[in-house]
Amino acid sequence: MEAKLMKGNEALAEAAIQAGCDAYFGYPITPQSEVLEYLAVEMPKHNRIVMQAESEVASINMVYGAAGAGFRAMTSSSSPGISLMAEGISYLAGAELPCLLVNVNRAGPGLGTIQPGQGDYFQATKGGGHGDYRMIVLAPASVQEMADHVFLGFDLADKYCNPVMILSDGAIGQMMEKVVFQPYIHNKVDKPWATVGKPASRNRNFITSLHIRPEDMEVQNQKLLDKYNLMRKQEVRYEEFQTEDAEYLFVAYGLSSRICQKAVDLAREKGIKVGLFRPISLFPFPYQRLEVLASQVKLMLSVELNTGQMVEDVQLAVKGKVPVEFYGRLGGMIPTPEEVLLHLEKLMQ
Amino acid sequence: MPTEELLLPETTVTASCGAECAIETYEEVYRKPATLVDVNMHYCPGCAHSLIHKLIMEVVEDMDIQEKTIGIAPVGCSVFAYDYMDIDMQEAAHGRAAAVATGVKRLMPDKYVFTYQGDGDLAAIGIGETIHAVNRGENILIVFVNNAVYGMTSGQMAPTTLNGMKTTTSPNGRSAELTGLPIKVAELMAQLGGAYFVTRQTISSPNAVRRTKKALLQAFQYQTLKKGTCFIEILSNCPSNWKMTPIESMKFIDEEMAKTFPLGDIKVPVTINTKTEGGIQ
Repeated sequence: MEAKLMKGNEALAEAAIQAGCDAYFGYPITPQSEVLEYLAVEMPKHNRIVMQAESEVASINMVYGAAGAGFRAMTSSSSPGISLMAEGISYLAGAELPCLLVNVNRAGPGLGTIQPGQGDYFQATKGGGHGDYRMIVLAPASVQEMADHVFLGFDLADKYCNPVMILSDGAIGQMMEKVVFQPYIHNKVDKPWATVGKPASRNRNFITSLHIRPEDMEVQNQKLLDKYNLMRKQEVRYEEFQTEDAEYLFVAYGLSSRICQKAVDLAREKGIKVGLFRPISLFPFPYQRLEVLASQVKLMLSVELNTGQMVEDVQLAVKGKVPVEFYGRLGGMIPTPEEVLLHLEKLMQ
Repeated sequence: MPTEELLLPETTVTASCGAECAIETYEEVYRKPATLVDVNMHYCPGCAHSLIHKLIMEVVEDMDIQEKTIGIAPVGCSVFAYDYMDIDMQEAAHGRAAAVATGVKRLMPDKYVFTYQGDGDLAAIGIGETIHAVNRGENILIVFVNNAVYGMTSGQMAPTTLNGMKTTTSPNGRSAELTGLPIKVAELMAQLGGAYFVTRQTISSPNAVRRTKKALLQAFQYQTLKKGTCFIEILSNCPSNWKMTPIESMKFIDEEMAKTFPLGDIKVPVTINTKTEGGIQ
């Protein structure tokens, strides 16, 4: 396959087309506007729908309409825009509609900055909207994965009838790298629940998240829980780098994991046995594998571009078996590999 | 209203007590449309939501478009519209029906798509989505049921509450100084380039009901032309929260509401009369 040099956001957009995305609804926001711009040019060539909505509130609800009619629909945004979509995401999860959402995370809170951040980890993995829902969250660490996760994300959304989020960041979205698009076969899933017009042969379909009787609501909540537990069982994804003999472990995702991978190389040159554990699925989080690693290493260091969010999941995973420390840079600042290693070395003393 | 003569053969049945009973035959002069689910509705006595539901479903039946129609339900009293309308429907978040309808219609441009929304849903929290959908000229029908009050949450002030009208959140009467004047939504929509047909009707009398149904029929038919949004505002009642009898509430529509919200067509399709060489009809 031919490798192309592309921006992360553009690779993601191209993958959406190759994945058979029927409709994209979006609103401009830095650092992800390239997705909308790329699709504004390319989608019409494939007779697909691309629309610039009047707000993120509108775009997520357009996704709801299109997904409810049984089509492959997606949207993308960056942190403040995802907050505006939170209501719609909750409704999508409640109504069990498959769709792909992308957050090219920038630093916050509030308007924050347009530089990369990982401050939306809690929002993405613990449910940013109201109610009790989960969605599969994939964290790409390269331009290649920006593309790969689109194919995977759409398939998982269809498999579970649930929104899937790609949680990227401003650096992965903006950086240029080689990307190879593997041939993708869109195995279309039957969607007998879609609202496409009621023929005489079946009962009417309706898409709703409303279950006014508590007895009914509890049944629906239990059904959702069963689904989330199935995701926890089947969809854990992670990658390990030099963990075989590691005595110390970086835990990092997305951009942070790229920095930590360099820090592992630097450490190894110094003779320090450090490894990297990179969660690829942030929900479901790879708790079990981390617990196993806890009996092998002396210390885990969660490196994040926030004030410490994923570190709480790492702590949960290791159940106190090993010290878990945190190192973070904030406000769109990015640590160097040397800086990360220096922090680890301090902790080792 | 469809009427047909039922030609049932004269027959007898045996009742549970054993007696033979004759079945009389009647000429059918009225029935619910088959597109309306035959269940009790949750609406308060005298509320016109059930009537407006029926009118829309009659149009769907008359046009024989049940297979091609997708409705979007709002948040408000008519949140359960999909329990009554026997068509495929989507329940939208509060105020977002026009955006949801956009998503449905853009993917299925040959289907009939309508939203059914109240004044809190459409004119307050959803005014943004509504304006933009109409401005884009989405080929949908928006049915806007205006009863000047938040019904489901039990009678709070709405953007369309009349000046001076008492509600639970305007206990001394709506004050223009503090909360502005009621929004004339239909007139607002008619200003937008994408609006194709905008009208304000009511259900306060049998004649008014017939006019409303005619407007609904026209609006559904216009969807096939793909020339823009049809917007039908229907002045309706809320006996429970207005604290009136149903009859009083109908009078209130005619005597009070219609002063603020004048009835009639606001924007009608312009057709070129070819016989008179480009003259406007």
